[in-house]
Amino acid sequence: MMANEKITIDNGFDVERIRADFPILSKKIRGKDLVWLDSASSAQKPLSVIEDMDKVYREFYANVHRGVYKFSQETTILVESSRATVAKFLNSNSDKEIIFTRNATEAINLVASSWGNKFLKSGDEVIISSLEHHANIVPWHFLRENLGIEIKVIPLLENGDLDMDAYKSMLSDKVKMVACTQMSNAIGTIVDVKEIISLAKEHGAKTLIDGSQAVVHLDVDVSDLDCDFYVFTGHKLYGPSGVGVLYGKFDILNSMPPYQGGGEMIETVAFDKITYKEAPYRFEAGTPAIVEIIGLKSAIEYMNGFCKKDIREHEDYLLNLAITEMAKIDGVNIIANPSNRAGLVSFTIDNIHPHDIATIFDQMGIAVRAGQHCAEPLLNLLGVKATVRASFGIYNNKQDVDALITAIHKTIKIFG
Amino acid sequence: MNYKELLMNFELMDDWEDKYQYLIDLGKQLPVMPEELKIDANIVKGCMSRVWLDIQSNQDALSIRADSDAHIVRGLIAILLILFNNKTKSEILNINIDEVFLEIGLNEHLSPNRRNGFLAMIDRIKNY
Repeated sequence: MMANEKITIDNGFDVERIRADFPILSKKIRGKDLVWLDSASSAQKPLSVIEDMDKVYREFYANVHRGVYKFSQETTILVESSRATVAKFLNSNSDKEIIFTRNATEAINLVASSWGNKFLKSGDEVIISSLEHHANIVPWHFLRENLGIEIKVIPLLENGDLDMDAYKSMLSDKVKMVACTQMSNAIGTIVDVKEIISLAKEHGAKTLIDGSQAVVHLDVDVSDLDCDFYVFTGHKLYGPSGVGVLYGKFDILNSMPPYQGGGEMIETVAFDKITYKEAPYRFEAGTPAIVEIIGLKSAIEYMNGFCKKDIREHEDYLLNLAITEMAKIDGVNIIANPSNRAGLVSFTIDNIHPHDIATIFDQMGIAVRAGQHCAEPLLNLLGVKATVRASFGIYNNKQDVDALITAIHKTIKIFG
Repeated sequence: MNYKELLMNFELMDDWEDKYQYLIDLGKQLPVMPEELKIDANIVKGCMSRVWLDIQSNQDALSIRADSDAHIVRGLIAILLILFNNKTKSEILNINIDEVFLEIGLNEHLSPNRRNGFLAMIDRIKNY
């Protein structure tokens, strides 16, 4: 407790004030205080996001980029201002490099489908890593099936880091794309993507970074990283579900054919000839998730009110406390020990299935994720069928860690 | 044990801990499925845990054996077998499983988000 208080005073990070911004955290689950340890799956939303979205529906909702009337102007301005907010958040050079998608999964599918089908051919190689979420495996697998490309996988070291030496030896001129996560959603490994990108560039390969977990915990600067594509989703970043982001370098985006066809993405349409708009609109067919896009802006603005370093320090404190306390309990196994880890820890308990653990936790008002975390190949490599994952966000406090540790003891007792 | 006895036992439980303890005990008493039946064809796959299911037609009645790698799911299977095992197909189809689980206070295990193979197992039996 003392250590926590010290950190609170040191950097002015007041978790109790932050908790007050999230209405859902005062909810009771089965009469118990909610302990939300599943932010890596989806984070809760601050009041500002909820209110800003509510306000659009109540006061000036209209479709964007179409009507000349006042409401359409207002929503269009906000949607485009969200694009600018995202561009700034990622330190992109231009708003035109920001495409709104449904989620990170759709963003990766967009690149694989549009860029992949145009620029890849049989025998070309795409490198992914052992840490990938299924969302960064399956879209490339489609290209393997359809075009005959090869997928190479950066191996895992025993501690849960990527084997960078192996990666270097995998690179060749056959590699056209390196698609890698910046942070593992299953074991928390932070990947040195800057190194990954710079090595890929030496061989002329394009790069795509899955930042779904990383944007929540790290400062992300796409100009500094110099990646070709960067994707993330809104709902893990304390924003609404239904909106994700694809960042792409403008020239590359403009060299790519549309992903879907429809309204908004076309320049001119005749029945025999159609020309497409430039990026980003080329890739935004149909009515977008207007209110969610505006909600994403609010979420980023909320996050901009903090220093990422302070958030990371706070989350690291909780994470390390949880890991230290869990390691003291007989029968608890922490999965992987990456050299740089953020936000989450996966664990198992001897002779108790993760599903059983999560079920008992649920009875105690504690939300954790149990299963394979959409990273089945990674879990196979780690030699576990499933794990329990506790993930920490900006609003978690020491009581949440205490509740987790108490719940582990109780679970062991119940199944004992 | 028949369903009435099971329901009476559950009604004796005051809190969730006792209830889950009892459910886990029911699971522990469930006969372990022989390894030779734990084949791929018998797997009812869930995202979180696995269920193995073997159904044999015994004259009109269905003889059901099932197992899981999760204790709580084993407990749920034990309850299901009390209801379903050695019943005819029409008897099984007449059992309102939602009502039963509501009655014993475990209805949330039938919600689709569980994805533990248990729901799929019920479907597979009903469609046998």
